[in-house]
Amino acid sequence: MRPETEAELAEIIRTSRATLSPIGGGTRLRPGEGVAPLDVSGLSGITLYEPAALTVVARAGTPLAELQAALAAEGQMLAFEPDEREGSTIGGVVAANASGARRVQVGACRDALLGVRFVDGQGEVIANGGRVMKNVTGYDLVKLMAGSRGQLGVLTEVALKTAPKPPVTATLAVPGTATDAVAVLTQALTGPYDISGAAWLPGQGALVRIEGLEGSVAIRSKALAEKLGAEVTQADWATVPRAASGDLWRIICRPSEAPRLLAALPQPIAMDWGGALIWVALPAGETPNLPAWSGHASRVTGDAPLTIPAPNPVVSRLNASLRERFDPRAIFASDGTCRQTSRLSS
Amino acid sequence: MQMPAPDQGVIARRAAIAARLAHAVPGAVIDDPMETRAYECDALSAYRCPPLAVVLPRTTEEVAAILRICHDERVPVVPRGAGTSLAGGSMPTADAVVVGLARMNAVLETDLADRFIRVQAGRTNLSVSGAVEGAGFFYAPDPSSQLACAIGGNIGMNSGGAHCLKYGVTTNNLLGVTVVLMDGSVVELGGPMGEAPGLDLLGVICGSEGQLGIVTEATLRILPKPVGARPVLVGFDASETAGACVAAIIRAGVLPVAIEFMDRPCIRATEEFAGAGYPDCEALLIIEVEGSPPEIDEQLALIRGIADGFAPVEFRESRSEDESRRIWLGRKSAFGAMGQINDYMCLDGTIPVSTLPQVLAGIARLSGEYGLDVANVFHAGDGNMHPLILYNANTPGDLERCEALGAEILKLCVQVGGCLTGEHGVGVEKRELMLTQFSQADLEAQMQVKDVFDPQWLLNAAKVFPLAVSAPRREGLRNAA
Ligand SMILES: Cc1cc2nc3c(=O)[nH]c(=O)nc-3n(C[C@H](O)[C@H](O)[C@H](O)COP(=O)(O)OP(=O)(O)OC[C@H]3O[C@@H](n4cnc5c(N)ncnc54)[C@H](O)[C@@H]3O)c2cc1C
Repeated sequence: MRPETEAELAEIIRTSRATLSPIGGGTRLRPGEGVAPLDVSGLSGITLYEPAALTVVARAGTPLAELQAALAAEGQMLAFEPDEREGSTIGGVVAANASGARRVQVGACRDALLGVRFVDGQGEVIANGGRVMKNVTGYDLVKLMAGSRGQLGVLTEVALKTAPKPPVTATLAVPGTATDAVAVLTQALTGPYDISGAAWLPGQGALVRIEGLEGSVAIRSKALAEKLGAEVTQADWATVPRAASGDLWRIICRPSEAPRLLAALPQPIAMDWGGALIWVALPAGETPNLPAWSGHASRVTGDAPLTIPAPNPVVSRLNASLRERFDPRAIFASDGTCRQTSRLSS
Repeated sequence: MQMPAPDQGVIARRAAIAARLAHAVPGAVIDDPMETRAYECDALSAYRCPPLAVVLPRTTEEVAAILRICHDERVPVVPRGAGTSLAGGSMPTADAVVVGLARMNAVLETDLADRFIRVQAGRTNLSVSGAVEGAGFFYAPDPSSQLACAIGGNIGMNSGGAHCLKYGVTTNNLLGVTVVLMDGSVVELGGPMGEAPGLDLLGVICGSEGQLGIVTEATLRILPKPVGARPVLVGFDASETAGACVAAIIRAGVLPVAIEFMDRPCIRATEEFAGAGYPDCEALLIIEVEGSPPEIDEQLALIRGIADGFAPVEFRESRSEDESRRIWLGRKSAFGAMGQINDYMCLDGTIPVSTLPQVLAGIARLSGEYGLDVANVFHAGDGNMHPLILYNANTPGDLERCEALGAEILKLCVQVGGCLTGEHGVGVEKRELMLTQFSQADLEAQMQVKDVFDPQWLLNAAKVFPLAVSAPRREGLRNAA
């Protein structure tokens, strides 16, 4: 099924008796077993773009690449950093709250999301938020939809903040292990350097990104490079997690907890957000044995979603009740795991 | 403004309810009508109603005990921080217990390496920054009421501030909360980077106006202080020109931390009040940039280059701490100045910045039609407008006329693609206008969320949603009880 309009989509959902699995580009969320894929790529196109207001509105099936090209033509970019996967749609990015390195500076996808339109499990079209930067009118269902993985409704349109593309970028690199990197990244993030990325990649070490006007980047990167003993490069990098084999795990922690967790894990695929995000591949079916910490770990590929530690029962009940309210017939089947596409494993 | 009739059954049981509360949280209950008067309103002081009782707990456990009792007795509850809401968000009803967090103001944990602070939710906004200032950090959201307002209230309203153009509003700086649900259960939401598995419940709590639970603790992101900041003041001979200049600055890729706008009526009033030495012109912008001195110079040179294209009547760059203070002085005393000459009502709509000239013209027209002066002061970078309608509370009919004009201006904001409230919240003030921005289905989806968190609709229930829209839930549940 591939509706071309929001009304068609609503009609399909309203009259459907089968379980549906909304699919954007099919790069992130995989359809559950034995359910009908609901292809939303027909709902495509930018509906409004005002560079001077730093806002763009696009239908959910708009390819991410198309959106980024339109913004680049005006010297802009999305205000958050989506992790780039070939074929992604903007709706899929939002439904997964997929947020890359820039999160340490400007926040996640949910922080750049200004408004949504979606169709709930009853086929009702719902709007929340809007297209303006500041909006506290009613409850913030925009946040609820970001990262909801198709569980509450099918996104049809999203409004996002854009940002000027920084004219100059510098990367500071300090070789070392992921554990070494935590202290380096913390030093960078606790000083007045306005860092736009603080990550670690195997073979490259700690990577700190500084962006902005030419003079400003020169001043900040010089000062920080001296402090860290880092080399300044123009190297471009991104932390796209790919598991060559096995299951991909995503671990959220306080940076100061990262060394303890790293000691209990194989070498990670990547570390991001100053050490608050660790991507690691584990043998299929294996659950990491981690010391108690304040975050959580989730398996994002594999047969079924799995999170440790298990969420608090009241929180689970709130999650389940919200799902039931928005989708009382349990039409939406997304199980919330990522599809392990060929691109991911390449 | 209407409020639903209070539950007489609850009012009749006042003494018994107060006694039960006092037994559970000794020394924390106020039920003497002389003393509960102190809680009869918030900063929307035109509307007042003393509550049934007030409880001032000290811990999360005490809040849980209070809510368990109120849940059991089916007593409505109104959470309260400092009571500075401009929307009537913390205004009580006669059958409600106010749960005030003023005594819960401790810092629980400070972690500079991981860049967060955990505080009790009654702590004032400014004193959060105060607690980490010495170490070179700050908490970014800075509402003008920051000396008084509490973090719990900021979370309730998802409050903003002058610097949110760069740093975002409360929700973008909130990493976690401990919240007590109406049935007394205690949950922690969020986590490192604000992330928890499952749906973003933290994101829904923020801005829910005390209707989903009582926040007792908050983990807030703190940031290293920039090396310095410097404002410039730019005057123009037309509001439209100032608006066009803002658009050009943003378009050019410079992102100041703040861009504030004031029009002539506002400039005149603040000059008389504060004598900040502002030029006498149609409109002025205060633009602030941050960084080390050479970084500031670089940004200001760019801004000057852009502003010059709009023939400013004045371009005043601060050369010292004292000059910076004087540039901000007028803006910061704008509300006080208005209060000096008149009663005023402060609106809070947001508009797409591109529609600024159109909206300013519309406000001028409406102001003429209603015969009430309007002064404009607002956060221009993000389109959050604060038109101040001047009226005289002692003139019969003036308040009603002022409210009617306010409603027309907010409808105009919605018409051009904006919203009813950018940072003050809906409360009781904008409740009845919600259907101009949302459909019935949109509101139904929001009310479903309340159904999940507070199935009996006991928490701050007569706010946010138009009374007729929420009535089946509020009344149906009461009748079923
Ligand atoms: C002079 C002045 C200037 C202002 N400037 C700004 C500004 O620049 N930006 C801005 O955004 N606002 C501004 N405000 C509005 C107001 O200060 C904010 O809305 C503030 O966040 C309210 O905080 P409070 O502690 O006073 O909350 P209250 O008024 O006590 O409560 C506000 C809302 O939050 C709920 N609430 C309070 N505590 C809790 C809790 N612990 N858990 C759950 N819900 C809770 C209440 O029920 C109510 O709905 C201003 C107000 C004044 C009077």
